[in-house]
Amino acid sequence: MSESTALTPTVRTRLTLPSGVARSNTALVVGLLILGIIVALAIAAPALSRWDPIEPDPLHALLPPSGTHLFGTDNLGRDIFSRVLHGARSDLTLASVAVLAPFAIGLAVGITCGYAGGWFDVIVMRVADIVTAFPFFILVISLVFVLGGGVWTIFIAITAVSWVAYARIVRAETMVVRNTEFVSACQVGGITTPRILLRHIAPNVLTQAVVYAMSDIVMNVGVIVTLSYFGLGIVPPTPDWGAMMADGQQFLAAGYYGLTLFPAAAVVLTSLALSLVGEGLAHVLRIER
Amino acid sequence: MVTDGRPGTDAAAILEVEGLTLTLGRGAGAPRILDDVSFTVRAGEARGFVGESGSGKSMTLRAVMGILPPTVHVESGRILFRGEEIVARAPDGSPSTVSARLQQLRGTGISMIFQEPSVALNPVTTVGEQIVDAVRRRDGMSRRTARRRALELMDLVGIRNPGERLGSYPFELSGGMRQRVMIAAAVAGNPQLILCDEPTTALDVTVQAQILALFRHVRDELDAALLYVTHDLGVVAELCDSLTVLYSGKVMESRQDLRAAIDQPFHPYTRALLQSTPDIDHLEQRLRTIPGSAPTPQNRPAGCPFADRCDRVQDDCRQGPVPDVGVGSEVVVHCLHPFGRGSAANGVIDPSPAEVLR
Repeated sequence: MSESTALTPTVRTRLTLPSGVARSNTALVVGLLILGIIVALAIAAPALSRWDPIEPDPLHALLPPSGTHLFGTDNLGRDIFSRVLHGARSDLTLASVAVLAPFAIGLAVGITCGYAGGWFDVIVMRVADIVTAFPFFILVISLVFVLGGGVWTIFIAITAVSWVAYARIVRAETMVVRNTEFVSACQVGGITTPRILLRHIAPNVLTQAVVYAMSDIVMNVGVIVTLSYFGLGIVPPTPDWGAMMADGQQFLAAGYYGLTLFPAAAVVLTSLALSLVGEGLAHVLRIER
Repeated sequence: MVTDGRPGTDAAAILEVEGLTLTLGRGAGAPRILDDVSFTVRAGEARGFVGESGSGKSMTLRAVMGILPPTVHVESGRILFRGEEIVARAPDGSPSTVSARLQQLRGTGISMIFQEPSVALNPVTTVGEQIVDAVRRRDGMSRRTARRRALELMDLVGIRNPGERLGSYPFELSGGMRQRVMIAAAVAGNPQLILCDEPTTALDVTVQAQILALFRHVRDELDAALLYVTHDLGVVAELCDSLTVLYSGKVMESRQDLRAAIDQPFHPYTRALLQSTPDIDHLEQRLRTIPGSAPTPQNRPAGCPFADRCDRVQDDCRQGPVPDVGVGSEVVVHCLHPFGRGSAANGVIDPSPAEVLR
């Protein structure tokens, strides 16, 4: 029982909204700018490049960058610029979509565990520990053998593993919010538990999860590219940065750098943009206490 | 012991707390946060529940509402709402879980207003939604009806332009406005009993006066009983009909007639409390204080917990258990040497005879 005699409330909680962000938040602005360009290029890919990303053209193989082929052509004569753009379509779409399911699952699990506590929390969190302890690529490789390669396998593999991070973040936040007075107020107001969880706790714990989702997309891009590089991910001939690098590396020694360099640069640039957005969002969405 | 009838037998009783003992942790030596606390709130009555920090006032309210911290246990005692048991000790001594009946009563039978309106409202939800939530709790009414009812409630608690305010977030409102929102949400279910946990402590004095006036208004409007926890006897004097004084987890004095209690306190602690309340008419007098501080539940003495600070203390105060003394059926005093019993010390108090009850 604290006998606070402060004339004005001592705790002031306010949600900072993105007003005047442009001047104060360089990371977010730059990140959004780069990401915006990448996404725009990916969406406009069919219009931007007159070359088909899949159809081979052996007569024009391994051409250097030029006006006709901006990034040159690969060993099968396909336009690398066109393939990088189309690769962005498949990789970015999958990376973003693969964030949604873990986000939803992790949020539900985290809120339930954080609010309920007790044995339920202990069991679920130990399961999460086991998932974390299991080597990710071993899990993916076994899944590929069971389900076959392709988009769905990547999706399931990522979901099976990355919900844990969301669950941990949300659980920790929920344990803090659970003990605040407004939750007590909801309880004594007779509001049912599911409603307290959904309407009152969820909006208060979302922020951290959203910020994490940005870096999670970066990790997903890395995972998808890596898997495709090993031939476990997106199935050829669908253009994808990982497979492009894998196909191109045998020509590095012969001096044809473009085959590997351009998709690699695309991966780096995309990851950088997403990381900057994540960093910027962390500042914008932070609830000041 | 309550003297005004046995629990469950007082027809007018809304809330009966009977022998409530709360412990911090479990086991025989667990410190008692509340020790055998009993009191009754009748229909339409406003009972002031007064004590220093740590005396157990808020814990009593939390026990009634079933929101005790996980480390606090109901060791013994019963809490009855209109004669119906809502909180009791679980048979295995585990903390009492919230009964289905209490869950039903929350918001519609009993509601609670918290001390800090700034933290008792959800920061990321509009105040309108929070009131509508409380309104819809009562009967599954439509959104539109609930919204209209919310506007009525905001009007009742004196929020101007309720239509505009509906979409405001708590941080956009002043402390007084937030407390009005809390009150609107608390009365949304037409409760028969409102528990108030120092609802004006965090507000500045002028706003405090407005909120107290609002409580009187709401109480008349809804005909609800109040259990008003505070450490401020001035607030009690303005709002309440009856008084229970708590000290170190024990009821020191319980009076059905607040006026009589203020004019003629029987317990030395009540008297000391009254003397340490500033009096606007006698500002030249230095404010009296009670030296020392209340014992914590961990090192409460064997006899009277107030003995070390009491100016009427005698040897027997520190020895055995202290009996509850009554004057008629309206008064309970937990003291071996209350004022008004034979020797009227200082001549301030009318020496009406007090009798030992048990």
